[in-house]
Amino acid sequence: MSNQIIGTPASTDQNEAVSEAGFKKNLWIIFLRLFLFILAWLSLYVFLKPFADWFTYKLIGLPPESHLGSALNFFVYDTPKVLMLLVIVVFGVGIIRSFFTPERTRKFLAGKRESLGNVLAALLGIVTPFCSCSAVPLFIGFVTAGVPLGVTFSFLISAPMVNEVALVLLFGLFGWKAALIYMGTGLFIAMFSGWVIGKLKMEKYVEEWVYETGANAVDSGDMRISFEERIRYGIDAVREIVAKVWPYVVAGIAVGAGIHGYVPQDFMASIMGKGTWWSVPLAVIIGIPMYSNAAGMIPIVQALVGKGAALGTALAFMMAVIGLSLPETVILRKVLKMRLIATFIGIVGTGILFVGYLFNMIF
Amino acid sequence: MKIQILGTGCPKCSTLAKQAEEAAKQLGADYEIEKLTDIRDIMKMGVMTTPALAIDGSVKIVGKVPTVEEIKKIISGI
Repeated sequence: MSNQIIGTPASTDQNEAVSEAGFKKNLWIIFLRLFLFILAWLSLYVFLKPFADWFTYKLIGLPPESHLGSALNFFVYDTPKVLMLLVIVVFGVGIIRSFFTPERTRKFLAGKRESLGNVLAALLGIVTPFCSCSAVPLFIGFVTAGVPLGVTFSFLISAPMVNEVALVLLFGLFGWKAALIYMGTGLFIAMFSGWVIGKLKMEKYVEEWVYETGANAVDSGDMRISFEERIRYGIDAVREIVAKVWPYVVAGIAVGAGIHGYVPQDFMASIMGKGTWWSVPLAVIIGIPMYSNAAGMIPIVQALVGKGAALGTALAFMMAVIGLSLPETVILRKVLKMRLIATFIGIVGTGILFVGYLFNMIF
Repeated sequence: MKIQILGTGCPKCSTLAKQAEEAAKQLGADYEIEKLTDIRDIMKMGVMTTPALAIDGSVKIVGKVPTVEEIKKIISGI
């Protein structure tokens, strides 16, 4: 992309007419570029599978039945596929996110009734951008602005739980059904947990100083930004997120490829299979203290599922790692008392268990 | 000119501090830099998403790390 879309056009009185015309022309160029980019993306994507087959079986000459051939084919096909999906989705999400600043979200949620508020908060949690180090200031900002405690929790749970990188990987490696159920159940957990915390009236378990901190709202979120700048947001998001997760994705797929090629069929069935009822709670308990990201784990999970592990168990493990991480609860301890943190872990954990069993029933 | 970096100390905050310093130097501005790391101080400025940048007490950027060029525009725009 060229440099011209970085700058904001200066709109002084003299050149307003000129910049108006220039802006329209610019917009066409942007749309054309977007169109060409998507076209190139699609045509490349279609050729990934034939290319992987040609590369492994013809060029290198490995037989498809061999361990190495099957592992290499898996790696050569899945790595570019997942990375390409990541680029396009993160770009799209970046653009959508430029419409939803946390300040706007807070204003929108302030004073909303509980149940409806929980639903809206969970949905907004997906599209509102914030990094995990902002969890505490966001919490204070929401609560002091009059967003009910349960609604705030729905937002804070949904944001990490329904994660776009996880969504892409699930779609790319398991298909749209798994991705859709993951998103649906993630939203459900966020709404349900927030609703329960609201019903339990746990406001007194928030540290006192939180309510004393008067958060004077700054309307910095209401700055109007142009379409060009939204595209820039998308590109920035791709740079930032893809640069961060690609090593995990590649490493995960490499390990997954090894499992795919070398671990015997049905090996995992006895440990993580559907038949073993205790595997879901065990996966959640092991998952909570772990701190990892979905990017490296899902490809491994996929290979394990291919060898007989149950999808629900694997997903419950992933959700526990992402949604209930110990480091995040340590951060929340600054604003919440132990009782509320324990309740939070208990409710979200129960939700994840439910999702695990549900997936195991469906798939 | 007073440049304030608001953030609890994540890597992005220190990147922002470096960028802001670089921008001020390039403009040859007379500046002092201050880091606000206590959540209460940050909340008092009305900021919920870190890192954030304030110039002379007014918040200019929240929730992202701008480029040096962007910061220069903000500084000279005053």
